[in-house]
Parts: sequence; C-alpha cells; structure tokens
Amino acid sequence: MNESLKKEKERWESTTLKKVIDRFPERKKEFRSYSGIPIERVYTPLDIEGFDYLSHLGFPGEYPYTRGVQPTMYRGRFWTMRQYAGFGTAKESNQRYKYLLSQGQTGLSIAFDLPTQMGYDSDNPLVSGEVGKVGVAIDSLEDMEVLFSGIPLDKVSTSMTINSTAAILLSMYMAIAEKQGISFNKLRGTIQNDILKEYIARGTYIYPPRPSMRLITDIFEFCSRNIPRWNTISISGYHIREAGATAPQEIAFTLADGITYVEAALSKGLNVDEFAPRLSFFFNAHNNLLEEVAKFRAARRMWAKIMKERFGAKNPKSMMLRFHTQTAGSTLTAQQPDNNIVRVTIQALAAVLGGTQSLHTNSRDEALSLPTEDSVRIALRTQQIIAYESGVPETVDPLAGSYFIEAMTNRIEKEAWEYIDKIDKMGGMIKAIEEGYVQKEIQDSAYQFQKEVEEKERIIVGVNEFKIEEDIKPKILKVDPEIERIQIERLQELKKKRDNRAVKSALSTLKDKAKTDENLVPYIFDAVKAYATLGEISDVLRDVFGIYEEKIFI
Amino acid sequence: MNRRLRVLIAKPGLDGHDRGAKVIARALRDAGMEVIYTGLHQTPEQIVETAIQEDVDVIGLSILSGAHIPLFKRVMDLLKEKGAEDILVFGGGVIPEDDIPVLESFGVKKIFTPGTSTREVIEYLEEYFKNGRN
Repeated sequence: MNESLKKEKERWESTTLKKVIDRFPERKKEFRSYSGIPIERVYTPLDIEGFDYLSHLGFPGEYPYTRGVQPTMYRGRFWTMRQYAGFGTAKESNQRYKYLLSQGQTGLSIAFDLPTQMGYDSDNPLVSGEVGKVGVAIDSLEDMEVLFSGIPLDKVSTSMTINSTAAILLSMYMAIAEKQGISFNKLRGTIQNDILKEYIARGTYIYPPRPSMRLITDIFEFCSRNIPRWNTISISGYHIREAGATAPQEIAFTLADGITYVEAALSKGLNVDEFAPRLSFFFNAHNNLLEEVAKFRAARRMWAKIMKERFGAKNPKSMMLRFHTQTAGSTLTAQQPDNNIVRVTIQALAAVLGGTQSLHTNSRDEALSLPTEDSVRIALRTQQIIAYESGVPETVDPLAGSYFIEAMTNRIEKEAWEYIDKIDKMGGMIKAIEEGYVQKEIQDSAYQFQKEVEEKERIIVGVNEFKIEEDIKPKILKVDPEIERIQIERLQELKKKRDNRAVKSALSTLKDKAKTDENLVPYIFDAVKAYATLGEISDVLRDVFGIYEEKIFI
Repeated sequence: MNRRLRVLIAKPGLDGHDRGAKVIARALRDAGMEVIYTGLHQTPEQIVETAIQEDVDVIGLSILSGAHIPLFKRVMDLLKEKGAEDILVFGGGVIPEDDIPVLESFGVKKIFTPGTSTREVIEYLEEYFKNGRN
C-alpha cells in the first residue's frame, strides 16, 4: 500500500499542489513547531511507517499507556482542577482556599513563600522583604494549624509545592491529621519533593545533591509504609520548560530525573513496585497545541518503557505516568493582559487532550503581579468551560491516529531518548547537573528563543506585533508589608510559649540521626510536633549536610 | 571609550527565576560588554561588594518574586554608603507599574518590564555611556 501511496503523493505534489504553490507560495520556506521540530505540509500514513496500533498505542489504561492511564479517562471523572494559591499569612491563605473550594475547585495546591521553601524562619535577616510574598509563610506547626483550620484533611487532596523542606511540611501535615483525628491512610495529596529540577531550573535548593537525595528516598520509604495514598514526589518538567527548554528537552530531563530517583530508591534497598506507584509528574502546557499533546503522549509511553524494561517493574501502576499540568507562565504577556486568557485556554486544552490528571490554569495578570481573585476565577472557569462545554473530555485520547499527532509523538520521543542516552553516558543526571550540561542546554534554548522573538521570526501577539498604546493599570494584588511584622511577632511569641527543652532535645536527636543512615522522617515529625521551627530544623541539617554551591556560567 | 563596559547582572534575594537574568547577561556579552553574573540568592551586601571588587560600571538587578522594593533600596543605600553611587543601576522582572517611581526615587535609573527586548537594554546602556564614563 505504501508504494502506491508514495506514487500518489508524488503525483499530487507535481500536479494539484504545484499548480497552487507556483501561483501562491506558502507563508514560509520552512515550518517549525514551537520547539523547532520541522513540520511537513501534510501528513499521511507514509509519515508513521511501521506504526503498530497495539504496541505503539494499545488501549487506555494498558501498557504502554500512550492513550492514557485510565480506561475511561474523563468519562469517569474530570481531571482535578487545582489552582496553586497562597500568600501572606496562613489566615489569609486559609480564606482563599475556602473560597476556591466553595467555587467548585476539587483539590488544594499550596504556594509557600520563598523563606519557607528555603528553610529560613520569617525573622531571619536574610529574608527581609520576602515573607508572605510568593506564597504563604509557614514557620511552625502553629501556622499550619491556621492554614488548614476548618478544612478536614480526609475530604481534600492537597498538593504542596515544597522541595528542600518537603519532609518538614509533610510532617506538619501529618501532625494536623493527627490533631483532626484522621488516620494517615486517608491522606491524599502530593509533595513536589523534586530537588534535581531545583538545581537545574528553580533554585530553592539548600543541601548538596547526595544528602538531598537521601531525604527524598527517606520520604519514599516512610510514605510507602505509612501514607500509602500520598504522592511522594512530583517529578517536574514545568520549571525546566519555563527556564527555556524545548518540549523534547522538558520530557527528557524530567524522565532522566525520574530515573535518578528510582535508582536512588533501589540502592536504598526499596523494591521498585513498593514506591514507584506513588511517583507522579508535573508538566508544562505551552501554546503549540498539537506539539504539546504529542509531548504528553510521548512522555507516558517512555515512562512505561523505562519502568518495565529498565527497572523490571511488575505492577502496572509503577509504569503509569500520572501528571499534573500547569499552563505556561512564561508565555503570558504584560502587554494586553486579557489576551492571556486565550493563551491559557489553548494551553489548558492541550493538557486535557494530552490526558492530564490535574490542572492549574494561570491567571491573566501574572506577568504583572500576583493574581487577583477575579483573575483566578476566570482561570478556574476556563477549565470548567473545557470540562462542561467543549465536548473534548467525552472520548479518550481523541487525537490518536492523526498521522500528524502520531508522527510528532514519535519524533519527540526519539529526541528525548537521545538526550537520555547522552545523560546516561555522562554518568547520570547528578553528574550532568554538576557539570552544568543540562543548565547549558536549557540556557541555549532560551537565548535562541529570545533572539527569534527579537528578529520577529516568532510573533508574540501584543509584544512584537499587533501592539497598541496602552496604559496598563489593572487591579493588582499587593501583599501587605505588615504581614512580615505580624509573622515575626507570632514566631517570637511561639518561641516563648513552647516547651523549649522538648524542642532542644528533638533537634539534637535529629542531628545525631542525620549523621547515620536512619530514616529521618520520624525524627523530623517529632521535632515538628514539639513546635521546632522550620528554620531550626533546616539549620540542624545544614550543619550536618552542608549547603549547595551553584555552578555559574553564562 | 577606552575599555569595554563592565556589567554585573545580579539576582538579589531568594527568587530562583534566572531565565531573564541569564538571557540579558548573554545578550550584553554578545554586544561586546564584559558581563559578570552573580548566580542566585545574593544578599544586597554581596552584590555591592562584588560590584566594587569587579569595578563595574553597571549593575542589573533581576527579581520576579515581588520583594524588589526592600532589596533594591538596600542595594542603593549600600552603594551610597560605599561611595559607589556612580554605578548605574537598572532593574528588570515582574515589577508593577506603580512601583517604578518608588524604585526610581531610590536612584534606580531604569526599570525594564516583561516583554522588553534585549536590544532595548543594550541601546539604553550604549546611549547612557555614549560620552564615556563619568
């Protein structure tokens, strides 16, 4: 059939096509995807030669999971609509969460401020000006009690964007559950807990890679035995993409991080099927709709192969790549900010067509400041319109079988494997990060992108084309500077009223244990329950583990 | 000009978003300037110390976390304290319109907001120093 098709295509090119193209040349000599992958004029079965439905796609909920991890996907239930939120004090964030839940949001996603993410208390002089800015400030269990006040932890699933201090925040969450009388096996949620991408792209690291990996595998082990429904990590390509990576780089580096976590857990003596089912992922959705859909499908197929073939997983759940998606903050423009609603819609659609398990849609004003409540509501409504009005969720993986989508899925997979092979040859991801290889690849892509925008090889509506004179003064949300003072006062109050002997003893035990191979989670849990602060616990570990020095180059 | 413009690109505070800082650093370097990039998580003290040690003409501060007002102010105060207020300071990042006059009142010369091309930054610096350094 391919021979005759090839002939037919040549005939079409030399007749029907030629007639038109001679008179009306195409817009460009070369068409490329957002990531630079060449795009052909038209795709036919010739572009997916060797395509085998059962081995390449299979059925939804079955290996290699190209079509999705559940057999019914959104016919069963929609993705979790989960807006990342949090700012100021625990009390204000608690009110925002209750508002979001009342508006039909189905899961919480906690944004912590940078001091909380980097293991500093609010009264540390290093963090002056940062308290409560990009998320909620949490210094101790006392703040966490306020944050979840009136929110029963067995009724929500909670995602926490927390990495180097993940064990502390998880311990606080467990302590709240205890106080609410909820058993750990009813807790559902995710901690990001992905340190490798912090070194690569996001920057909230504290300790060097080795002790950081130990904390992560301690969490894997602890959770698999105590909090069975908790996602112990969210292996994140999101920030790698935001930093400038292409779509194939995003999934390649993320899956290479995933491989590193699996290897670390295996070398700790864990059984692959004991922890792998709780690994989850987090990807970015950009504007290039079809490339993004292909990316999600390629990632799923690759992870299934990695788990089955490389790590010998037996449990199908270990092979399923479940992921959260967030729309791309870096694509939002400060110019004509309402246009961002449209960008977010396309990106959200890509995530849904790509089979995401949960989704955050960005707000239109994020290139200007923290989002206002109005903007957050529109962002959530965007998801609801896709869910209830677009019809897209009514069938599983609706774009499968498109010659273009399948060819693109194959192409992205191929490029990503090439990166993974290269990283393997370099001695693994930690090596590749320490040598700056991954960061350099991403920086090159980011710089290339910027040059193309400036040379108008890429058009960004409202930025380098279709500009208007405008006075951008939208209503924006500002965090009250008083928050820092209030938070510091609370913290100092706490340090007076808690049992300081118990704190000291818990911290000294933690320090001793940090020097051994013992799992640290139970000791961090004890310290948290004694109301040791996040900064105190982090300082103990800094003393033992040291801190990470960034490799700088431009 | 008898020597190339020396620029320090710095990331004050805890913010980890360095895509813009790195793109700017590279664009300025490609435009012929000598560029030093501090890396993440710099205190104002560290930034000012590096600037003086490296004898730079320009400091570019990049911040997307919303903590720009106190951090920029501290950098400017320290520069004055050390008698280095002749160093041109510009900034970039997610900075609301309303905050720009506040930053300028500290002595920050120019704020570039999202969507600015690297060309604009280069032209701004070239124009500023067209009559040599003072």
